[in-house]
Amino acid sequence: MSEAIEASTTRATEPDRLAARARRSRWLPVLLSPVGAGAGIGLFLLLILAVFGPAVWRKRAEQADVAHMLQGPSAAHWAGTDNLGRDLFARVMVATRLSVELALTATVIAVVAGFCLGAAGFVLGRRANRAVAAVVNVAVAFPGILLALFFAVIFGVGAKGAVLAIGFAGAPAFARLTQTLVAGVEKRDFVAAAHVAGIGRPRVLLRHVLPNIAEPLIVNATIGAGGAFLSFASLSFLGLGVQAPRYDWGRLLGDGLTGIYTQPVAALAPGIAVILAGLAFNLFGEALAKGVGVTATINRPIRGRIRPPVGVPAAPDRPAGAEVTGEADDVLSVQGLTVSFASAAGRVHPVRGVDFRLGRGEAVGIVGESGSGKSLTALAIAQLIEPPGQVRAGQLRFLGHDLLAEPAHRNRRLLGTSLALVFQDPMTSFNPTRRIGSQLAEVGRRHGGLSRRAAAARVVDRLRSVRVPAAERRARQYPHEYSGGMRQRAMIGMGLMGSPALIIADEPTTALDVTVQRQVLDLLQSIRAADGVSLLLISHDIAVVGQVCDRVLVMYAGRIIEELPASALARDSRHPYTRALIAAVPHMQTDRDRPLAVIPGRAPDPAEVPPGCAFAPRCPLASEQCRSSEPPLLADAQGRRVACWHADQVTAGQAGPTIGTPNGARA
Amino acid sequence: MTSLAVPARSIGAVLNNSWVSFGLRRAGRLVVSLWVLVTASFLMIHLIPGDPVRAALGIGAPPSLVQARRHALGLDQPLLSQYLHYLHGVLTGDFGISMTSELPVSEIISQRLPATLALSLLAFLVALLIAVPLGTGLGVLTRGGRARGAELAFTTASAIFGAIPDFLAGVLLVWLFAVRLHWFPVAGRGGPSSYVLPVLALAIGPGAVLARILRVELLAVLQQDFVRTARAKRLPALAIYLKHALPNALTSTITLGGLLLSVMVAGTVLVENVFAWPGLGSTIVSSILDKDYPVVQAVVLVYGFGVLLVNLAVDIALALLDPRSTIREA
Repeated sequence: MSEAIEASTTRATEPDRLAARARRSRWLPVLLSPVGAGAGIGLFLLLILAVFGPAVWRKRAEQADVAHMLQGPSAAHWAGTDNLGRDLFARVMVATRLSVELALTATVIAVVAGFCLGAAGFVLGRRANRAVAAVVNVAVAFPGILLALFFAVIFGVGAKGAVLAIGFAGAPAFARLTQTLVAGVEKRDFVAAAHVAGIGRPRVLLRHVLPNIAEPLIVNATIGAGGAFLSFASLSFLGLGVQAPRYDWGRLLGDGLTGIYTQPVAALAPGIAVILAGLAFNLFGEALAKGVGVTATINRPIRGRIRPPVGVPAAPDRPAGAEVTGEADDVLSVQGLTVSFASAAGRVHPVRGVDFRLGRGEAVGIVGESGSGKSLTALAIAQLIEPPGQVRAGQLRFLGHDLLAEPAHRNRRLLGTSLALVFQDPMTSFNPTRRIGSQLAEVGRRHGGLSRRAAAARVVDRLRSVRVPAAERRARQYPHEYSGGMRQRAMIGMGLMGSPALIIADEPTTALDVTVQRQVLDLLQSIRAADGVSLLLISHDIAVVGQVCDRVLVMYAGRIIEELPASALARDSRHPYTRALIAAVPHMQTDRDRPLAVIPGRAPDPAEVPPGCAFAPRCPLASEQCRSSEPPLLADAQGRRVACWHADQVTAGQAGPTIGTPNGARA
Repeated sequence: MTSLAVPARSIGAVLNNSWVSFGLRRAGRLVVSLWVLVTASFLMIHLIPGDPVRAALGIGAPPSLVQARRHALGLDQPLLSQYLHYLHGVLTGDFGISMTSELPVSEIISQRLPATLALSLLAFLVALLIAVPLGTGLGVLTRGGRARGAELAFTTASAIFGAIPDFLAGVLLVWLFAVRLHWFPVAGRGGPSSYVLPVLALAIGPGAVLARILRVELLAVLQQDFVRTARAKRLPALAIYLKHALPNALTSTITLGGLLLSVMVAGTVLVENVFAWPGLGSTIVSSILDKDYPVVQAVVLVYGFGVLLVNLAVDIALALLDPRSTIREA
């Protein structure tokens, strides 16, 4: 009966067996990687040496030659001779076997003892598990050499005692590893199934748990063997390990050290042997760990995907016809802004020529899907793109200063006091290790020349102005003690430490609760109204932008495709993309029985922008013209701009939103 | 009723203070670890197979001498009373009498401890002085995939230096700087110049490892949003790296640095033997070889206590550096 049930539970482990087989095929790439191959060859040579070394060199190694005592390196004796005239190179070679034997035995003892200790908790139940964990935790806090000395006292001086001492000294680490691994496997279905089937815990451990944790244990044992070489060399060097007349590398090293004045090679040769052997095991283990444990895809996807932009001029100049007339009182005017990144396969242009201006006290929103280049546009304006990113523009003027004409440090004060930034996630945008107050005060002290006290007073004042309650106490708190909305308000307060002319808010409400979003938006609005501060609001949420802003810029694939007054957003948009964005916003009248409106397809990857209109592949109105040539961003009499060959058709109301099934595209 | 409730509430308030509860929790853990340590050092002598006294004195020793030695060590008493006696001794600083030198063990310890302390603390300082500027500098230099050549050179060099165990580093240093160049003495503890080689031998490996960790951590921190915030505040580069990035990179560096410090404390055992340094490390090895158990027990206790102190210091440093860690633990 129980056999049959166990058969059914073993079937549950079948996927794991398959996974194990798949894993095995990953061991090969490890051997082919440079580090893995080097360490693998080193290991192989070491084992060959351990097997055949004594047979080849024993005679030379043990033949005393009183005529040639304590000689330096020569053609006859590569590493010189010891105090009995024995050849030291031969002795190092012969010592390989004993050193390898001892280190591997100690490693086996460490793994087996550690596994038994760690698994004891699994077999004996939760309370025993906790007791074992407590003892193991105290033990692993002590360095291995101390534990080895402790056990060396118990097991006595000599090779056998040292093997046991190093083995048991390594056991706590493996016990902890086993506990962690077992705890991970224990929750899996097939172990639970085996428990339910009434199979005894020891049997579950050996048949179901062990096969699933064997791989990390082996990998760590390989790394541990590297450490065992060093530990053994240490104990033998101290005279606590191998005793004469037997010799391993540590013994040779200790003997050689006494004569280091006359014959340094005697100490260096075994020392180098120890390092090389330890490294071979260590690096091989780490290569295994990297290849088998961590998926080897970390560096791959980027290289394969980024290709030079198709059909886009390498460094696009300003699109024709998109003239932006700079006015004298503009806070910001941007012309032909591009952002590009170098990739393995050429330059990628996520922002491909953006023009707009922003008047004093005006609020302009930039909307678009993720990847449309709206955040990069904001960062480029704020001069926060770092190499390898590159910003170019025909013009980038902020408060009359050409930001690109002067070196960055010249503009530091201007940008530090007149430009405020609010980022998406207020949790990660504050430094977790510093008090909010000191993070705000920095601005006043650095750019405003305020004293410590004056800066602190201004911090409290600014925190009050952004409605942080109990501002004096709050200023002394750390970011994690604030709520999400309060953090974002404090971030705005940080921008108000100077006297900003422009606030760039990049998705300021995305990471916040709906109820808190309103507060933050209201705060931005009231600051704008009170101080005549301009606002550049970046958002994927067209509804938010429509409520807060005077004008709206719609971005798609790195370009502005439409600019229109916020009031015209609901009815008078002329680009099919803008219309689709608006249609995708659910409102009170949305029929909940119908699927939500979505824009089919997905925004193009910056590396693969199609020729012609970038929106054409997703556009219901797309014609041959759209697919072959890119529509210019043209202004009409009222200053509204649109980049669409069929803008007039859209205005005529023919292109409604396309209704599809939700497929992840979001507006 | 109310008079009772008030103090209870204030005690509750004190306990709620994250610092107080952190201190209590940490003190509790220290006491448990100390108890495990003391008990282990007590049991050590009893776990030795056979008769440790006979093993120490040799098979030919007269039975009367063995009996006297057993009595002197208290081994003829019941285990429990031996244990209580041992605990009492540890608490009052009485570790018994050395079997070889007939000196009180506490005297041996107080003679030898300063040499070891000086060595390990100096080595830790040097390791920090190597690691922090090197790791920070290279982190800044190689951020965002810059200076690939420097990155490769650094990772290779630090891997090699990190892989050389301290006593081998000691041998190499002695050969190069003492035997070949005659810059520093080969062994012994004398003037400041005698400290150079042993301190370097202890510090190089951990310093290299620390620098590696610090660089990787710093690279990760430099990617984070709050660094962008600091840049948005237009702080000078130095302020961004030292005031905003470095403290965040130190958290895990200190965790591992503490581990390395306790490895360094233990490393004195080997390095002292390379340099014939008159500290606890050479004492423990000679007394293990002489089977001088009271000395071995006491030195094990001192080393273990040192490791526990290091761990405590690390936890406190972490709590001070990262205010979240005290709360995260609660």
